[in-house]
Amino acid sequence: MTRVLVLYAHPAPHRSLANAALIDAVRDLPGVTVHDLYETYPDLLIDIEAEQDLLVRHDAIVFQHPLFWYSAPAIVKEWLDVVLEHGFAYGQGGVALAGKAWLQSVTSGGVAAAYGPAGRNRFTVPELLRPFEATAALCGFRWLDPFVVHAAHLLDADGLAAECARYRARIDTLTKAPVAAAT
Amino acid sequence: MDHASPLLQAFVYLAAAVVSVPIAKRLGLGSVLGYLIAGAVIGPFGLKLLGEPESVMHVAEFGVVIMLFLIGMELQPSLLWRMRGAIVGLGGAQVLSAGLALGAIAWAFGLDWRAAVAIGFILSLSSTAIVLQTLRERGLDASPPGRSAFAVLLFQDIAVIPMLALFPLLGHVAVTAAAGPAHAPEGLAAAPSWVQPLAVVGAVALVIASGRLLVRPLFRFIAKSGQREIFTAMALALVVGVAVLMQSVGLSPALGAFVAGVVLADSEFRREIEADIEPFRGLLLGLFFISVGAGIDFALILASPGLVIGLALGLLAVKAVLMTALARMAGRSNPDALLIGFGLAQGGEFAFVLAAFSVQAGVIAPATSSLLVSVVALSMALTPLMFLIADVLGRRLAPAPAPRDMGPIEADAPDVVIAGFGRFGQVVGRLLIANGYETSVLDISADQVETLRSFGHKTNYGDASRIDLLRAAGVEKAKILVVAVDDQEKAIEIAEHAKRHFPHLKVLARAFDRGHAYELLRRNVDGVERETFEGGVRLGVAALEHLGLPAHHAHRAGRLFRRHDERLLLEMAKHWGDEDAYRSAIVGRQGMVADLMQRDLKVFTGESVDPAWDTSSLDAEAREAREARETAR
Repeated sequence: MTRVLVLYAHPAPHRSLANAALIDAVRDLPGVTVHDLYETYPDLLIDIEAEQDLLVRHDAIVFQHPLFWYSAPAIVKEWLDVVLEHGFAYGQGGVALAGKAWLQSVTSGGVAAAYGPAGRNRFTVPELLRPFEATAALCGFRWLDPFVVHAAHLLDADGLAAECARYRARIDTLTKAPVAAAT
Repeated sequence: MDHASPLLQAFVYLAAAVVSVPIAKRLGLGSVLGYLIAGAVIGPFGLKLLGEPESVMHVAEFGVVIMLFLIGMELQPSLLWRMRGAIVGLGGAQVLSAGLALGAIAWAFGLDWRAAVAIGFILSLSSTAIVLQTLRERGLDASPPGRSAFAVLLFQDIAVIPMLALFPLLGHVAVTAAAGPAHAPEGLAAAPSWVQPLAVVGAVALVIASGRLLVRPLFRFIAKSGQREIFTAMALALVVGVAVLMQSVGLSPALGAFVAGVVLADSEFRREIEADIEPFRGLLLGLFFISVGAGIDFALILASPGLVIGLALGLLAVKAVLMTALARMAGRSNPDALLIGFGLAQGGEFAFVLAAFSVQAGVIAPATSSLLVSVVALSMALTPLMFLIADVLGRRLAPAPAPRDMGPIEADAPDVVIAGFGRFGQVVGRLLIANGYETSVLDISADQVETLRSFGHKTNYGDASRIDLLRAAGVEKAKILVVAVDDQEKAIEIAEHAKRHFPHLKVLARAFDRGHAYELLRRNVDGVERETFEGGVRLGVAALEHLGLPAHHAHRAGRLFRRHDERLLLEMAKHWGDEDAYRSAIVGRQGMVADLMQRDLKVFTGESVDPAWDTSSLDAEAREAREARETAR
């Protein structure tokens, strides 16, 4: 069984219905650890050792966050900057994370049609997530197809419930997948 | 003129110093030469304003004693131990080579070999007082060449002991009754010869033991009484007592004072003692230099000017060349070696003592002795010139300017001076020390200092509102002064003094409350932190979290509130002093709180204090757009 770590980042959860609902949808799944970054580090002073320890004890990590200006909220960047240390995550001897899976789970503000060459956001969501994909690749992660909920803030209750079910199923499948052999 | 009036004498000395020293300083000659000239002018060969320069000399020599005591206090035993190579190696080589060379010259002049040996070694000594004062004035006292020069001087002071012990063995001249020395060892003269070494060891052991066991509790007791003048009296009594004790066993009082200083070097009262007796050192040293100047026998010089001047120049040349060569061999750079060599070229004040002693012991004739004294005094007077020559030659011979090696940072150059090491200052200090910065701490509570020192903090006892103590704690070299004293008025006073006297210094102050913060800001401190504010904000943040706010939201609410309040603080501090406009508007503490809450309301209106990530307008716009699309369809 794959142990899944969900790194959840929303700076103002009281303003987000979709992300709160999504994270609640996977919280109780066996094998899933939900780790709320803004709640744990309100001052953004990330405990590097504790984070690395969490990473090592899981086989897949999921970044769940809203898309802010085509990227993640600030704490995710901070987390990448300080936790993925040279010698731990990459570089000489940096093989602690090799072979683990990386899933980006994002909510977007625009409708699906707005993301693409013809839309006003110009790029598809997977295209916009390339910095994360490159980061994952350098650290030896397996990059999984991103999970995207479009126009999250416009969803009605039924629509949100459907997305929550889809997300839960995706994470549930991930936990049941065999742990990939470290490469 | 009535020479007997001590007050008149004091006035003559002080006035001479006041007139001549600033002039000498302005001419770039240093205060030492200023004092010497003043002495010559008012002395028996000048205006004849002095009674007996010799009697003044006895008092003035105490200035040298105090200076050695203060130097001892600057030198922790560990530092002294690190300098042992320079003291024994460089110092020993200097005394031995200069003593033998000068002795050989004296012998070549036709003196008896025993007298020649004595004269050689007497002249090998340099003037601790003049050299250290000059080095200090030039800011070189803690520099590598300054330390080397000091090491040599220290060895010379120690070398006086065996000289006093061995010179009597060289006696061959019939002692006349008139040649009563001023400084012969008293008391023990009649005792068998083996008693003296025992007494010396005993006296030094006594100084060390009582310094460790007796003096510190005594200082602590006096410090608790809070009587500053008694503290000063105690410090002076200590130095005088040690000097008397040392003299009674035939040791140099200066050396004894030095030992006592070293014993107290790591004492928490070091800074306070230093600041208390420093003015005595300065004045008495000045007096000493004046009496040296007055003691120059111009009659003798005028009788045979060629001889005296020639001998003085010869003495300076021989010693300068020897010492410079030795320093070069010890690996010093050319400019440093020149500074050490030329700086130490003059004869020393111990020469006066030893010359008198040698006459009494029948080693040299009285006439030779007085020639010796004149030559030494003249060489002392020429010391400032020697330093100038060393500078000029040094600049010629200086290698291409290399990055200056500042050496290990001594505790005397702290990054931060913390005034007040109570519950507030401690946090500041621990944070700074944990990040590798050197701190120097001043605290008024003897108990507190004792406790903190037992934990290894560099803490000194003293009242930080005193400029001299701040200076002694190292503010002149520090970048920051943290004012964290318990007493609100004191804190304001310290901030005011520090900003006025040390403009380079950043002053960060702990305020008790808003009003105190306003007062400190009016003194132009560079930063102020109310001691309870941050804690209050943090507790408020914790309360918000317990009320169910997400942690990051609560954190931001706290930071936002802090920023709002700090802006208010700075804004209102500007008006704090304006007449009574501010004060009358808000009467008392309660009024201030009401006023603040009014202002809070103006800023924090609506449902949320934090507009970040508010997407409501975006959502509304998107919904409108969608509805418009659906309607169109």
